[in-house]
Amino acid sequence: MSVRRTRATALRVLRQLRHDPRTVALLLLVPCVLQFLMYELFQDTPGVFQSLGVPLLGLFPFVAMFIVTSITMLRERVSGTLERLLTTPLGRGDLLVGYGIAFALVAAVQASLVSTLSFGLLGLESGHRPVAVVTLAIANAVLGMALGLFASAFARTEFQAVQFMPAFVLPQILLCGLIVPRDEMAEWLQALSALLPLTYAYDALARLASTEPLGARFWADVVVVVGVTALALALGAATLRRRTP
Amino acid sequence: MTAAVSIRGLQVARGGRDVLHGIDLDVEAGSVTGLLGPSGSGKTTLMRSVVGAQIVAGGSTKVLGLPAGTPELRARVGYQTQAPSVYADLTVGENLDYFAAILGVDRGGIEDAIHVVGLGEHATQLAGTLSGGELARLSLAAALLNRPELLVLDEPTVGLDPVLRRDLWETFHALADAGTTLLVSSHVMDEADRCDALVLLREGRVLAAGTPDDLRSRTGTSDLDAAFLALIDQAGATRS
Repeated sequence: MSVRRTRATALRVLRQLRHDPRTVALLLLVPCVLQFLMYELFQDTPGVFQSLGVPLLGLFPFVAMFIVTSITMLRERVSGTLERLLTTPLGRGDLLVGYGIAFALVAAVQASLVSTLSFGLLGLESGHRPVAVVTLAIANAVLGMALGLFASAFARTEFQAVQFMPAFVLPQILLCGLIVPRDEMAEWLQALSALLPLTYAYDALARLASTEPLGARFWADVVVVVGVTALALALGAATLRRRTP
Repeated sequence: MTAAVSIRGLQVARGGRDVLHGIDLDVEAGSVTGLLGPSGSGKTTLMRSVVGAQIVAGGSTKVLGLPAGTPELRARVGYQTQAPSVYADLTVGENLDYFAAILGVDRGGIEDAIHVVGLGEHATQLAGTLSGGELARLSLAAALLNRPELLVLDEPTVGLDPVLRRDLWETFHALADAGTTLLVSSHVMDEADRCDALVLLREGRVLAAGTPDDLRSRTGTSDLDAAFLALIDQAGATRS
């Protein structure tokens, strides 16, 4: 690993985004619009927005970074830039961590914006400090990035990569407890949801939203999120082959 | 001769099919060696083997005295892929900034590389808006940045106008005079005469190797296109 090469990679990814203002606008504004829609949708039952607002805030970056990373990495594979990079002294860790830093920064801006809107204007309340929610949102973004990177290895075309969103992400959103609380699910669905990383990300966010003390379960959730991120990055690194057929 | 690249019995299979059938090849240090052959003859596969990007089935490939793909070689070998592998959504300058940072090259090195390929006026232009030839030159500049000891260039002049092609070949020779070894592939025979040494590749086998004059006198022909044809006929006759 080299600090210079990692930093250069993060800077390069951010510069690519800067040349694509429409993507940046979509990344930053769409979650705000969705959060506002949720607020308006549940005007008459404010309890719903109070219970969903914080988890949604923390899950937007996960979904966004999953899609952005799987497409970007696929483009690196298809365009030949990945093959070129892997014939240079750039380490696979430099590349992955560089990506991680760039997208974590984008996620930080995204989560801060949604957080300012939700807590500042829409009257969302959280039992814990908003900065903790934003921090967890960033962790979720890096988790989404790591999973997107891994998924991109199995896509041959951009069409396939886009379809991984409903394939990898939607089941996790359905089963994480956001739509139906986990203890109300059929047993096999509970077992399935226990295997999905987003379940732990959602649980941690729900605990941040409540006024209860965080407790050991919260920290266990955080450990799972960080651990799965590391595992997905390691698996992702294994899919970056210097020698190919 | 000192060999910058030394290949013995190289075999490569791709998609269940043998692509290279036991290649023996030496590339002299400080030379411009042309790798010629029709599309599908195995040129790209051979070059990928030299830079260590290809999974090989057998044989040995020594580059600058080390087995191809050794980590140490990554800073000493420059590779330009056939497709211009640069970032279309970055400017010319930003592309080179990134590759320079990876290779540990300073501003001066970037300026030199831009100058060599003649892209000075395009430094702030998005790579995606460059013409095909300009894109190929940007890709070449990225391979030149750290002045590697061996440059492996896969069809670097394809689609370029004749003046630019001549200029690039002059650049290749200037680099060779300064001690760089160049392995350059092409499928156009009229570029063969610009090389110090030639390797003719056909259907994954070395058909012939030598200097352009060598090949002409060996086949009793006056131009290399005819020499290539004569060599194919000879090879066909010996095989049957």
